[in-house]
This record gives sequence, structure tokens and C-alpha cells, in this order.
Amino acid sequence: MSHDAHAHDEPHIVPLSIYLAIFGALMIGTALTVWVAVFDLGEYSWLHTPLALLIASAKATLVVVWFMHVKYGSRLVWIFIFAGIAWFLVLIGITVGDYVGRNWEPAPNAWQAAVEAPRSSELG
Amino acid sequence: MSQRHGPVTAAVITGSMPEMDNDHGPLQHHFDDMAQQNESAALGMWLFLLTEVMFFGGVLTAYAVCRYLFHDAFAEGASHLDVQMGTINTIILIFSSLTMALAVRAAQMSKTKLLVGLLIATMVFGGAFLVIKGIEYEHKWVEHHVPGKYFQYDGPMANQVHLFFSFYFTMTGIHALHMILGIGWMIWLTIRSWRGDFSAAYFSPIEMTGLYWHFVDIVWIFLFPLLYLFGAGAGAGH
Repeated sequence: MSHDAHAHDEPHIVPLSIYLAIFGALMIGTALTVWVAVFDLGEYSWLHTPLALLIASAKATLVVVWFMHVKYGSRLVWIFIFAGIAWFLVLIGITVGDYVGRNWEPAPNAWQAAVEAPRSSELG
Repeated sequence: MSQRHGPVTAAVITGSMPEMDNDHGPLQHHFDDMAQQNESAALGMWLFLLTEVMFFGGVLTAYAVCRYLFHDAFAEGASHLDVQMGTINTIILIFSSLTMALAVRAAQMSKTKLLVGLLIATMVFGGAFLVIKGIEYEHKWVEHHVPGKYFQYDGPMANQVHLFFSFYFTMTGIHALHMILGIGWMIWLTIRSWRGDFSAAYFSPIEMTGLYWHFVDIVWIFLFPLLYLFGAGAGAGH
């Protein structure tokens, strides 16, 4: 894919129109971000943060793939980037998952039983 | 740059092969060809950016946890941020990313004057961002919203709002620091570009600084909705 002989001779010059299109998309994304944030979602107001992160991720993807030339990069660069994203998702996913899970009340029945079983036998 | 090369030094001492002093051009002696050299540079830069992901990732994770724990207080704190200035800064930063991307393109096409102009434009946008950031910081200073001894907030959740502003200043502060460093690099690159160091044959420093600058832009793309717009969205509900 990226190992054609052409790539070895000349740098890959992306057409100006593509840069301008990405720029336009980023601007639209910014407008969308602000619009979604002030939009009254009513009972679905909890969607504000996921939507904001979704738009931000889309914008970041455009920057990485086009502005940062990853589209024309080697596979090794792709692996590096996915490793970085995976690492970050593990960090934030497990940490936030822990804090969110702590507040689950009541705990699922099986968990409650597991927690209470030894305690009640000690008291009994 | 070429003076650092072992073989060159040896050649100078022995007086043989004097043409080696300059003829290897931008290709360093430990690479086979420019393609390999460019790929190594890009890979190294991406590795550095991954350490940056870890750096910002830690703060973002801490912010996510505290925002979850103190949801209402953080929304209240966020509502004191200036959404208008944040939006303008987001737009300015996207402009600067465009001029940076076009600067790399200009270097690829050996258009030196265009390259210098676009680097200066990128620095001007970056500088404008920092000026607006500075104005925002000044407002926070006047309102006693800067964390520390003189922080003042009238409300039942003053401590948690205090924590929000600690996150705000930490995250935007380290982001601004990255921008200052980026502008510093660009001053050096502008001088070198003006000198004619870069062309289609060699433009790695421009491209690598571009990667860094775009990364800093991406950080802001996430910081903007997470900090500024949190208050705007929650404002409807509270």
C-alpha cells in the first residue's frame, strides 16, 4: 500500500483543496460542538458529554489523518497511533468505570450476596 | 550539521575525499535513503507525541473522575468560563493548523517565501490565541477565581468549584505552555527557512514541528468542549 516506489522519490503533496475541505469540516465541527452544547436535550441532557466527545474525536481524526499525513504514513505509524489511543482508553475507561460502578445502588443481587455472605456468618 | 560526522572528520584529517563534507546533503550517514530517514523521523516524533498523550491523558482522567464526582459544582464552575472567547480561540487554532499544514506543503514544493509567510501566519495565530487566553486569565484573576490563597467563591460548593478552577488552569496552562514552545520552534524554523535550509529534498524539521502543532490543536479540540461548554449544556438543566 504505502510501499510503492513513488513514495521513495518524492514527498506526497496533498492537494490544496483537501486541506481546505478539512479546514471547512473542522469549522463546521466547531459550530456543531457549540450548537449541541447549548441545545436543550430535555431528559436526554446526559447526552451532552458523549456528543461533545464524539464530535471532538471526529475532528481529531480529521487532523490526524489529513493534517498530520498519517494517511500517507507507514503502517508502523498507524500501529503507534492505535497503541496510544488504546493506552489512553484503558487508563480512562478502567479508572472512570471504577468510580461510576461504585455508586451502583443497589448492587446486583449476586454481588450483594457475595459481600454479605461471609459477614453474616461471622456475626451469626 | 555535517561537521558532526565521524567519517567527515576523518576525511578532513586525512585530507582524502574532501567532497564528502557537503555532498551527502540532508541525508544522514546512518540511513540508506531519504525515505528511510523521513520515516524514522516521523516515527520518532509520533513516539514523542504518545508520551504527550500520556501526559495530557493523566490530567484528563483525573478531570473525568472529579467531574463525575462533583458534577454540579464543575458545571457551575464551567459556567463562569467565557464561551465566546473559547470559541474564538478554537477557530483561531484551527486557522493556525491550516497555515501549518500549508507551510509543510510549501516546503514540499520548495516555495521558500510562501513557507516563511505561512510559518509567520501560524505564529501570529498562535500568538493571538495566547493573548486571548491571557485576557481570560486576567478576568479570572480579577474575579478571584485563580486557585490558591485568594480564591473566592460565594456558594455552597465553593471547595469543589475551587477544584474545577485548579483543573482549568492546569489544563489550559500546560496547553498554553506547549503553544509557547511550539512558537519558539517556529521562530527557529522561520530563520532557517529564510536561510533556504528547506526544500522538497529536505523539510523534516518543518513536518515534525507541524505534527507537534497539530497535536496541540487536538488537545484544545478536546479541552474546549470539556471545560468551556460543560457549563453551557448544564445551564439549561440547572
